[in-house]
Amino acid sequence: MSKMLKGIAASDGIAIAKAYMLVQPDLSFSQVSIEDPESEIKRLDTAVAAASEDLKLIKQKAAENLGAEEAEVFEAHLTILSDPELMGNIGDKIKNDKVNAEAALKDVTDMFISMFEGMTDNAYMQERAGDIRDVTKRVMSHLLGVSIPNPALIDQEVVVIAHDLTPSDTAQLNRKFVKGFITDVGGRTSHSAIMSRTLEIPAVVGAGNPTTAITEGDMVIVDGINGDGIINPTAEEISTYEAKAKAFSDQKAEWEELKDAKTVTADGVHFDLAANIGTPKDVAGALDNGAEAVGLFRSEFLYMDASELPSEDDQFEAYKAAVEGMNGKQVVVRTMDIGGDKELPYLPLPEEMNPFLGYRAIRISLDRQDIFRTQLRALLRASHYGQLAIMFPMIATVDEFKAAKAIYVEERTKLIDAGVPVAEKLEVGMMMEIPAAVMNGDHLAKYADFFSIGTNDLIQYSMAADRGNEQVSYLYQPYNPSILRLIKMVIDTAHKEGKWAGMCGEMAGDQIAVPILAGMGLDEFSMSASSILKTRSLMKKLDTTKMKELADKAVTDCETNEEVIALVESYMK
Amino acid sequence: MEKKDFHVIAETGIHARPATLLVQAASKFTSDVALVYGEKSVNLKSIMGVMSLGVGQNADVTITADGADEVDAIAAITETMTKEGLAE
Repeated sequence: MSKMLKGIAASDGIAIAKAYMLVQPDLSFSQVSIEDPESEIKRLDTAVAAASEDLKLIKQKAAENLGAEEAEVFEAHLTILSDPELMGNIGDKIKNDKVNAEAALKDVTDMFISMFEGMTDNAYMQERAGDIRDVTKRVMSHLLGVSIPNPALIDQEVVVIAHDLTPSDTAQLNRKFVKGFITDVGGRTSHSAIMSRTLEIPAVVGAGNPTTAITEGDMVIVDGINGDGIINPTAEEISTYEAKAKAFSDQKAEWEELKDAKTVTADGVHFDLAANIGTPKDVAGALDNGAEAVGLFRSEFLYMDASELPSEDDQFEAYKAAVEGMNGKQVVVRTMDIGGDKELPYLPLPEEMNPFLGYRAIRISLDRQDIFRTQLRALLRASHYGQLAIMFPMIATVDEFKAAKAIYVEERTKLIDAGVPVAEKLEVGMMMEIPAAVMNGDHLAKYADFFSIGTNDLIQYSMAADRGNEQVSYLYQPYNPSILRLIKMVIDTAHKEGKWAGMCGEMAGDQIAVPILAGMGLDEFSMSASSILKTRSLMKKLDTTKMKELADKAVTDCETNEEVIALVESYMK
Repeated sequence: MEKKDFHVIAETGIHARPATLLVQAASKFTSDVALVYGEKSVNLKSIMGVMSLGVGQNADVTITADGADEVDAIAAITETMTKEGLAE
């Protein structure tokens, strides 16, 4: 019998493949006294040799499937594994304290981990602590006789089942073989969901307990359109879903024809549909999906994918590749948005009670000007090679914007004085995601060249509801009139100063929101590349005069999220 | 025993990837190779040992090698130091 899981539809599409459990095993043990240190050391050596064999294979596979850079981390792991100080210390501990290998391993590695983590002035060393932890886990698993997942070794089509997917997990996944995701936790805006849309892989997140309900090798269907997971489907179910998958790809083919078309409404009004990207590699996907610009380049991925702060030159190359790839179409780069749920192993941030309300994004940039200035110089240098724009995330006040802009102007002047070519005209705008900034929009519009609405954070901050907390997820109400009024205010204040307003949150590609946003006169809609063609197809059916009326009714007559949905549906009939 | 003094010029000191390269260079030889910095001496074949020293820019360090291939070991390490712009 098949079994059904219900979750949140995070990324469109249907996948049918065997389950791959990306689940960490229990590595707990008890410390025991031993009689025979020699045989205990032998146990350790055997486990280390097995771990080393694992790593050699993983390194080779990672190099073949993912690239040399991803394989490098495993080389570092091998170096740790063969380290005479580390291994010698563990052996000594077994001999001197007469403890089992598990206890000696944990004791010695903990000592090195805390030593490296304590080097707060050295990001690289702090990151090595994570490597030692990974290596320890691997050796421990061999001592305990349990297996740990090695996603880099996947060599057949699978659906990955995990509690949650972290950026480092996804970095190890081979796009060729990973056909879908199902996770225990997460929402439409969690990292795993966003990643699945970038990779254009069907995904269901927040599906309850797939990690316990599914066993390695089970056949699994991921329905990323409706948010369903089906475990061990019947032959009949498989053929139903194969038909559904075909219908989906047919529709995609139909949208495909809109790839090179302009985005124009039924009454001939043009809107810009842009893509959100994380790395320059995503430019190809953006263009394939007919993006007219990049409305959001999340520069923090450059920081998250690196093992130390990316240098000015590394960043310059990435921004240059993006603007050149877009070939004259605008690329809006958001400066580093770290903090909240995004951490950097080499830039430890203080533990906070409310990380989303704490030290993050522009707040870090204004404090750590060394990091900020490096990024701005890289951006300015890249601006010479295409149409680049810069925006600052998490601006709350006019002072913050002015301070960030002043630093930008200083760096720009320095580069020009040094004879470095930079673009003559470069727009500098800001994200609108903090309600306080929206309320001050008329003032901010005098200084910012554009506004870009970040809906996930705007909703989270307006509703005072943590977007990662499932217990309050009912408050994620993008169509609630309160949110729509804030959005309208952003658009209106921008237009009053002759500036443009865009949206780079999930809502910009949402089929209920798009008609309202078009009615409000939003200039640029920036979304996951995979949503662009669907949205272009929807735009073709819209009449802006009617949508204006719809938008007015939504903000004046409607009281709830549901009423707005019903109103839009009545207009779209 | 062979020894040689170095003055560290790399901005980040003997950290990051260069440390790995030094360890790899030292590990090719059978001699005991050590990195001496101030009062402390560590096995240069151990990345843990080298990194735990925290050698910064402008530090003066000594490399010693003791064994059958000590001369070649010092030569290879010197080459890595110069090639990577680590020390002079």
